[in-house]
Amino acid sequence: MSLARRLRGLTETGRARLLRRHPGLLRARRVESLPIHLGQRRIYVLPTGFGIGFGAMLLVMLLGALNYNNNAALLLTCLLGATCAQSMYGAFRALHGLRLEAVRAEHAEAGSALQVALHFSASRRARTAVCLRLGPTLAAFSLPIGAPTAVGMTLHAERRGWQALPALKLESTWPFGLFRAWSWLYPDARVLVYPAREAGGPAPPESSGTDSQHAPSHEQDQDYAGLRDYQPGDPPRRIAWKASARNDQLLLRLHEPPPAQSTWRLRWHDARGLPQEQRIMRLARWVHAAWRSGARWQLELPQQTLGPDRGDAHYHACMAALALLP
Amino acid sequence: MSAAAQPRPDLRSFTLLSLGVAAALALHLPHLPLWLPPPLLLLIAWRWLGFSRGRRFPALLRYALILALPLGVIATYGTLFGRLPGAALAVGLLALKLTETETRRDVHIGVAVAAFTLMSALLFGQSLLMTLLVCAALWPLLAALTALQPGAGATRMLLREDALRLALAVPVALLAFVLIPRLATPLWGAPGLAQARTGISARMSPGAIGQLLIDDNPAFRVGFDGAIPPRAQRYFRAVVLWHFDGHAWTPGDAPLPLEPIAAQGAPLHYTINLETTRQTLLPALDMPLQPPAGTRFSAARTLLAAQPVDHGLRYSVTSSMRYVLAPRLDAAERRLGLQLPMNADPRARALAARWRQRYGADAAAIVDAALRMFHDDGFRYTLLPPPLGRQQVDDFLFDTRAGFCEHYASAFVFLMRAAGIPARVVAGYQGGYANRVAGYLLVRQSDAHAWAEVWLQGHGWTRVDPTAAVRPDRISLGATAAAQGSGAPWYLSGWWLGLRDRIDVINRLWDQAVVGFNALRQRGLLARFGVDPERWQSVALALGGVLGVVMAVGLALALREPAAATDDVLGRAFARLERRLARAGHRRGAGEAPVAFLTRVAAALPADGAGQLRRLSTEFARLRYACTPSASALAARNWARRAREFRP
Repeated sequence: MSLARRLRGLTETGRARLLRRHPGLLRARRVESLPIHLGQRRIYVLPTGFGIGFGAMLLVMLLGALNYNNNAALLLTCLLGATCAQSMYGAFRALHGLRLEAVRAEHAEAGSALQVALHFSASRRARTAVCLRLGPTLAAFSLPIGAPTAVGMTLHAERRGWQALPALKLESTWPFGLFRAWSWLYPDARVLVYPAREAGGPAPPESSGTDSQHAPSHEQDQDYAGLRDYQPGDPPRRIAWKASARNDQLLLRLHEPPPAQSTWRLRWHDARGLPQEQRIMRLARWVHAAWRSGARWQLELPQQTLGPDRGDAHYHACMAALALLP
Repeated sequence: MSAAAQPRPDLRSFTLLSLGVAAALALHLPHLPLWLPPPLLLLIAWRWLGFSRGRRFPALLRYALILALPLGVIATYGTLFGRLPGAALAVGLLALKLTETETRRDVHIGVAVAAFTLMSALLFGQSLLMTLLVCAALWPLLAALTALQPGAGATRMLLREDALRLALAVPVALLAFVLIPRLATPLWGAPGLAQARTGISARMSPGAIGQLLIDDNPAFRVGFDGAIPPRAQRYFRAVVLWHFDGHAWTPGDAPLPLEPIAAQGAPLHYTINLETTRQTLLPALDMPLQPPAGTRFSAARTLLAAQPVDHGLRYSVTSSMRYVLAPRLDAAERRLGLQLPMNADPRARALAARWRQRYGADAAAIVDAALRMFHDDGFRYTLLPPPLGRQQVDDFLFDTRAGFCEHYASAFVFLMRAAGIPARVVAGYQGGYANRVAGYLLVRQSDAHAWAEVWLQGHGWTRVDPTAAVRPDRISLGATAAAQGSGAPWYLSGWWLGLRDRIDVINRLWDQAVVGFNALRQRGLLARFGVDPERWQSVALALGGVLGVVMAVGLALALREPAAATDDVLGRAFARLERRLARAGHRRGAGEAPVAFLTRVAAALPADGAGQLRRLSTEFARLRYACTPSASALAARNWARRAREFRP
């Protein structure tokens, strides 16, 4: 009994050591930070189905040549075998030394396609026929000498929120398809998937009357509460041009009070009566509509209020907040 | 994965596969039935066209052809089994495989089947040329596999790379060829029995040697330690035939003691490389003194191998050209030497009796009379004699008077025996062709010959060649030339002769080194490297060790990464310079820029080297960071040369 337990303990430590030494051996494992360098320890090589069949045929050829004492046939078999064995090294070399530099993903909404670009750093030699398997999608690419290469993959964005990249499998059967070298990669890369927008529904509530006539104005110096010196990185929109012209230096408007009439107020409780996800989808549609129309909007969520503001940064902030709602 | 789900292989891959299949067909051409290759070639061409236009091959037609092929083979050979029907079937099925090649997997199967079919072509001949052609035919097949890979490069590059892979495999293949243990006994079948014996056989029936005389294949090659003896003395005895049944000559089955020999001349050492005969008869120059190891003497001192020669044999013999063989004849030998079939050939017997009457016991005179008759009485030498009736010897001597060595030897021995002189037929080879390039003697099957030995009191068994009496140039020129009634044929002259000599030298080397490399030779070779061939552990250790070393070398090569991009001349040259500087004790720090590094090293060098290195450094910076691309290639090579010449 205790022996069995000790044995189990032994195998567990053995497995841990094995995993430590061979990080790519099992699929379920922790993510690793980029860049990821493909060293020899994480590349595995095994014959493909075709390789096993071809090997069996070589064995039959060998036995035939030996049995009939036909040395020319034996020489041919040896030549074919030695050539095919190079497939093992060829596949390994296609992957060895490869370096995944970065993973970049476009924003996507749940239920739509998610574009992911994998950036490999420049290689000192050409590599041909490297296959990249990311989830269900497969892409083959070649790396020319000395040029970084980006490989685009399309994933399916399933639900809103952070989506981790599935395990990445790089493989190659170059040059003869007899051996497959592969390596599992777990890049520390996740993508924020925005909530899907509602397909149809009521228009966004307009907080007070005539906001749609309010054309967005860029010069509203009268509305500011105060001025401060401009610092690099401040949004140029908030520069008080007239005041700046008077003072020979750039000044920034402070605490612009929201002009109530010109702002869309998108409130969590305006979408009440819907299930949670439906509510989020509706708000996502409203945010999108506001962003598209170029208006200013304010998003009021149970825990936080964003805006009022306009523009891309505000849009992404709002969508991120919606995506991360419980 | 279903066939429909797989993408169709690209045309390039299919074209290469079709080329490989066509090559397999071409290499099998010599032994395919005449009706098969033209439709197969058409089928390949048609299918290629169809594939290139994205069409499928009509399935019904394919099934019809798959049915028709074995029927045709059976109609030709009467069976589906055996070498010839098997080859026809394999080539046909391979071509038909092309018609259903629609997926990558089909290409894979096609390549494997084609490789197997190529190997089977070697069952019909193992010549150097054939082997080279078969190996070359692997090239398009491998390229077809590479072309299947996603993103495979241009066809030219792909072919070049695969040729390189084949070339790289040659040394490994040779190692494996030498080390793979040969089977002492076959695992299945007895392939030796299935194939016809070649060369002189132990039975001389009418026409037996005549068939050999038109066969231009090599029988054996002889390397002499000294000069090649003159043609008229080059009689290679293979078998001594005692018994005549009125139709055929055979050795007879009476057990006789080994005939004693008294050698008189200087012995002659030579080595014979015998081609595969599947018989035990080993020709040796008249007259061998000792049997080489692994062989034995027959009573009449012809050499016999312990087993049929299935894979060529090499043996060294010492012979004496002047000797007295069997100075005394015992009763049993005399009886055998006088044996004649009952009641056969009365006219020949009567002629012999007349000679006996005239010359009495003077055997030499009777021999002389017979030879004079052959020379003077209108006898002709021809390879196409008219057929003989039941009284063979009579018909030949008194009616047709036309024939070649076997007729003359047979009739002569018959006459001698009828005249009371012990005589026997000897079959073997005579003459041969001296290769001027390599200094050996090439004896072809067409040099097969039969002559006689008569026993003379005081001289023992004495060689008499009655054919020489009819046609002396048979002995001085060879059978074919003599039959044509002319001197050397037109093609045996000038550069052609020299080329033939050279090709034959290469073929001999191939036969010796590769085709004849059997279990015995392998043991000899392994023993020389300290491997004990009798202990399998030792052989396994050698094989495993060499395999391990080869794989380690392969892995080391695979792990090697270029220090700089392979097309970056400047980068590689800098890396070389950096390595040399490091050996001299100047190491580049982590993150140290090349120019900073060179400047730092230059500061530590004496003035002369420092100036050079500074110039290199400045130039490097200019080339690397400020140069226009058009000028850079030449300038980079220039820099690389100067960096190579720099001595720290």
